[in-house]
Amino acid sequence: MARKPAASKPAPSNTSKDELLKFYRDMLLIRRFEEKAGQLYGMGLIGGFCHLYIGQEAVVVGLEACAKEGDKRITSYRDHGHMLACGMDPRGVMAELTGREGGYSKGKGGSMHMFSREKHFYGGHGIVAAQVPLGAGLAFADKYLGNDNVTFTYFGDGAANQGQVYESYNMAELWDLPVIFVIENNQYAMGTSVKRSTKSTTLFGRGEAFGIPGEQVDGMDVLAVKAAGEKAVAHCRAGKGPYILEIMTYRYRGHSMSDPAKYRTREEVQKMRDERDAIENVRELLLQGKHATEDELKAVDKEIKDIVNDAAEFSKESPEPAAEELWTDIYAEELPQGSAEERA
Amino acid sequence: MATEILMPALSPTMEEGTLAKWLKKEGDEVKAGDIIAEIETDKATMEFEAVDEGILGKILIDEGSEGVKVNTPIAVLIEEGESADDIKAPAPVAAAPEDDKGGHPNDTGQTIQRAEAAPAAPQADRSPDWPEGTPMKTMTVREALREAMEEEMDRDETVFLMGEEVGEYQGAYKISQGLLDKFGPRRVVDTPISEIGFTGIGTGAALAGLRPIVEFMTFNFAMQAIDHIINSAAKTLYMSGGQMGAPMVFRGPNGAAARVGAQHSQDYAAWYAAIPGLKVVMPYTAADAKGLLKQAIRDPNPVIFLENEILYGRSFEVPDLDDFTIPFGKARIAREGSDVTIVSFGIGMSHALEAAEKLAEEGIEAEVIDLRTLRPIDYATVIESVQKTNRCVTVEEGFPVGSIGNHISAHIMENAFDWLDAPVINCTGKDVPMPYAANLEKHALITPAEVVEAVKKVTYK
Repeated sequence: MARKPAASKPAPSNTSKDELLKFYRDMLLIRRFEEKAGQLYGMGLIGGFCHLYIGQEAVVVGLEACAKEGDKRITSYRDHGHMLACGMDPRGVMAELTGREGGYSKGKGGSMHMFSREKHFYGGHGIVAAQVPLGAGLAFADKYLGNDNVTFTYFGDGAANQGQVYESYNMAELWDLPVIFVIENNQYAMGTSVKRSTKSTTLFGRGEAFGIPGEQVDGMDVLAVKAAGEKAVAHCRAGKGPYILEIMTYRYRGHSMSDPAKYRTREEVQKMRDERDAIENVRELLLQGKHATEDELKAVDKEIKDIVNDAAEFSKESPEPAAEELWTDIYAEELPQGSAEERA
Repeated sequence: MATEILMPALSPTMEEGTLAKWLKKEGDEVKAGDIIAEIETDKATMEFEAVDEGILGKILIDEGSEGVKVNTPIAVLIEEGESADDIKAPAPVAAAPEDDKGGHPNDTGQTIQRAEAAPAAPQADRSPDWPEGTPMKTMTVREALREAMEEEMDRDETVFLMGEEVGEYQGAYKISQGLLDKFGPRRVVDTPISEIGFTGIGTGAALAGLRPIVEFMTFNFAMQAIDHIINSAAKTLYMSGGQMGAPMVFRGPNGAAARVGAQHSQDYAAWYAAIPGLKVVMPYTAADAKGLLKQAIRDPNPVIFLENEILYGRSFEVPDLDDFTIPFGKARIAREGSDVTIVSFGIGMSHALEAAEKLAEEGIEAEVIDLRTLRPIDYATVIESVQKTNRCVTVEEGFPVGSIGNHISAHIMENAFDWLDAPVINCTGKDVPMPYAANLEKHALITPAEVVEAVKKVTYK
């Protein structure tokens, strides 16, 4: 494979052998999981909309390395990677994709609507940019309760053109909310490139108007993502208000499963895969630094394949939800997540 | 081991497609991610990527084939060393999810019927809202709402109020007067004019377990934020399989005030009442405003609380109790009568009661029911009353199409058809945007005279 030599890169200082291996493993899990999801979609086991995260793995894996217990995350409908990265069970995620009882939402949410109270994952939102004020609201709750948790609020370059993002920026800075706005700039809002959407293409820079600091980050380099994430998290935890990370990334697959991808060339995609792939980058760091042998990495590959196959099997075997489920979870008798005070 | 490559579904609705072109030929090496074929759906030509690695052993469906059903084996992938000759005849089409056609075995029409019929079964709850002999005090709806919020904020630290001008300005309609002084800016939060933004922030805070009261200066402005009310607040409990919900209240004046024109004069009762996952309250009296708002703040679900600017200043008797709430789904019989049932809510009650007084002078005794909550609706009280009077008129300020009255009429028809002696008449606002001119505005709104006329029609007087 024609790859740029990674040797020119300085030796990473903000990581360890164990962490590099974990990054490799976590990113590979997302990729293999998504490939399997694509396969199950093709077989008709997954229906409706299904947005794959392939290519963007370094974004969530790098940022999760900066999170601590109690930190929250919320994102859009391209959410499978976020769920796996924060430790949700691949079986429950895959079974939700197939619409089965064993899914995180008992089959009632689907690919775009999944949540985990336990892992502080607040969805999974199908309305572009709706998660941005919701994420600011999660941070509002933490500030209200006086803890030092932060919220990672992910959205894409497409959502960045929605008005509610800027209402959220304004209030987040006004009230010093501990929220990290993570713009996953994969360069295409469905089929419309950033350049065809705006003349203000440096998206993080729009925070300046509200007084929010931010930066652009190489999203194909998991270590660069982690370094930027640490800076952003420190800023938020110190009570200095929000921070914007514009993470430059790339999705290899279509917007959703029914995307004919006529808005970019096959060569553009192939070049990114060959030269910038985040997983290959870490793999080379591991091998070149002699942190792992080919055999050890093969063992990781095998372990991941087994996890994904197990999740796929589970998602096929788990029964469809009982008909009675149609009528449950419309109204709560008690607050299922518990009150904020109890949880604090 | 040989792996079959199946005709993929490439869109949510695709059942078959054309295998336009093979980009690999038999004997070619295939890596995961390689584009192996082009497939035409009804919408577009799509590239089909390999998921597994191996050698393309045999092509089973030639390029140019049309109408290839999803999940038909189109090729076989073999591993190195295997021969294409080893490939057996293609296995039958891979199984789609079990019960693909029939759904769950129990998922029959019966289940649905049972659940939809359920609301008709319970008997009306006619218990008093507070103990008999409770001392009463006179207060305005405005004071009642303020007291409700103050008492609930005292009771629960996670309750806070946010909205435009709720703090330093003391409330655009003075509902939050004094709350900032008492609770401070942490719990009485002035927002910029950003309805979708602060509604989203409030909803996010609720998902995290706080209990926000989001005040809209009027519900007309909530149209900017309705996505969060419905998609983010009302649906999350269901979409999360019961893991988390939004315990919060959206409140503010709703409906026409006076001479403020089309964009500030709409009644949203029927809109919100249509949404599963929301609860909808529209009080008339000060006692109901207080008891229902306290109940709404304690409810673990998102509650739409529709107030009325004209009613804010009206005085009613309110029980002088340290703490009382009024349950949702329990209508109030404001006036007993035997000749006709008038069903109303919110400011519609004021027209209904005025009409009932006039009708009484003419010897027609109307039973006036205040629904108080529109989701859930107390159907039992309405049905029991109609079974007694055999006639019904509904009264509301909102538009006529898809009104609460339409819904009540349908429910009566389905559940008490044989008791009806006349068609139900819906008195509503007129089917026009609210005009500004004083005379036209009067014509656009529902009046007691129109209610009297409707009652005479159904009683054939």
